Amino acid sequence: MSPPRPLPVLPAGPVDLAPDLREPGLDPERRAFLRTAAAGAALASLAGCKGFSTEDFFRRHFNELSGPALKRVLQKVEATNKATWGRDTTVTAEGPLPGVVFGYGLDLSRCIGCRRCVYACVKENNQSRERPQIHWIRVLEMDKEHGVDLTHAEHYYDPATVPQPGKFYFPVQCQQCRNPPCVKACPTQATWKQADGIVVIDYDWCIGCRCCMSACPYGARHFNLGEPNLPAAELNPVQHFLGNRPRPKGVVEKCTFCVQRSRQGRYTACVEACPVGARKFGNLLDPESEIRKVMETKRVFIFKEELATQPQFYYFYAT
Amino acid sequence: MRPTWFTRSSRRPRLAPLLALALLTGWPAAASSSEPKAGAAAPATAAKKPAAAAQVIQATSPPFTEGIFPCSGCHDGKEKVNTARRDLGFHDEQQSVFAHDAEHRWCLDCHDAQRRDQLHLTNGDLVPFTESYRLCGQCHGDKLRDWRVGVHGKRIGNWDGARTTFLCVNCHNPHTPLFKGVKESMVDGKLLVMPTLERIKPEPRPRRPEEVRP
Repeated sequence: MSPPRPLPVLPAGPVDLAPDLREPGLDPERRAFLRTAAAGAALASLAGCKGFSTEDFFRRHFNELSGPALKRVLQKVEATNKATWGRDTTVTAEGPLPGVVFGYGLDLSRCIGCRRCVYACVKENNQSRERPQIHWIRVLEMDKEHGVDLTHAEHYYDPATVPQPGKFYFPVQCQQCRNPPCVKACPTQATWKQADGIVVIDYDWCIGCRCCMSACPYGARHFNLGEPNLPAAELNPVQHFLGNRPRPKGVVEKCTFCVQRSRQGRYTACVEACPVGARKFGNLLDPESEIRKVMETKRVFIFKEELATQPQFYYFYAT
Repeated sequence: MRPTWFTRSSRRPRLAPLLALALLTGWPAAASSSEPKAGAAAPATAAKKPAAAAQVIQATSPPFTEGIFPCSGCHDGKEKVNTARRDLGFHDEQQSVFAHDAEHRWCLDCHDAQRRDQLHLTNGDLVPFTESYRLCGQCHGDKLRDWRVGVHGKRIGNWDGARTTFLCVNCHNPHTPLFKGVKESMVDGKLLVMPTLERIKPEPRPRRPEEVRP
């Protein structure tokens, strides 16, 4: 895990620009005035937008929230849920469990490509169903002849039954990298890696620039191009602030190892949905955990190892 | 040397408009605070989390074929049993699909002739249907070893605590054990998973980009 970057600190006094950054022919006072005026105009125009709240805009970084401030933020999400979906929800912001680093194992020799994990994830994590259709898990059909090769991968396979002869199936989701390129790419520090290894997104701080999406080599991040399209009856009321709460339009989202479940000690939704038991989940620091047994006894590899992203998501062959 | 554009020191001037904005609205400077942080917990030390004591291994119930179990309904254990390996004139539903080393195996290798509601190991020890993995493990020891530690087979519940383990026979039909598919159903509020003879139909494929464009 890379050391956390410090948050940007706003200096208390006037900012002294480096000499070569100064614009020529503009005295500092005038420049400061123009800047203030521009910011004020920007704020005024934003305040006119529907659904814009100055309180949200000036909310501190999640890691700086605590106690009552955090509670207020969570209650606000619950109120928004109530207003939008007419449902009572519980939104928590539970932090990482001490002494836990999550690891995920996926048995490629078992996966049959039935996509049940995909839809269990959609249901658990309140993804938009259609327009935009967002799937955090993508299952690729590959040829046994070619092995793990993205140039011979089919995302839209649709046979009557699976598995098809000569094919194997390769599910891809967020790999929770120890060296996450998406976190480095984020200009607003809206995404970061927590102590148990889960890379989370603060949807209020996300500005929707999609730099993280282009940085992610796994295509694991997805953008809400439209308002989420989610039937109120199917809303999962157990929500995590950094996880499965319904996302607004214009932000990026991705797999969080079901942060609302895993931090309660439960298996993720995809693990429970897998009909063949190909998915393994546990604590990498516990030598008795399933994932440690996998790593110690099976042939394990990580996807796109050459990129040095160091995923916490391991593919393995049990046979 | 000038710092590259992405270093903090050169980013600071870009934050100046925000500072002006902050002063305008009386927003307290978002200086790093020393108050306890919500999202951050203790760093992941090597300290091992104490393993859940005496972990409960619950197994789901084995899927019995309706109308057949209990076997003692027909076989009362008093009749004289011909133990020679042969094709039976009944139990066609099992015999027709039987593909478990069919050349060498037959019913009474696993089913007990006298106590029909149980199975027996090769040494003659009786095993209830709920512990059939011990029988399977006689030949498939590598799979049993993997299954015991959770590498093989499906589990649901908690990664950290009580979990439900699926038996071999919840996914593999012991009469034709090559995995084909499974069917999940709720029986009396309990999850019953049983193998099927048909392969699984996949869930709908995702929409192609050209299909979602207006």
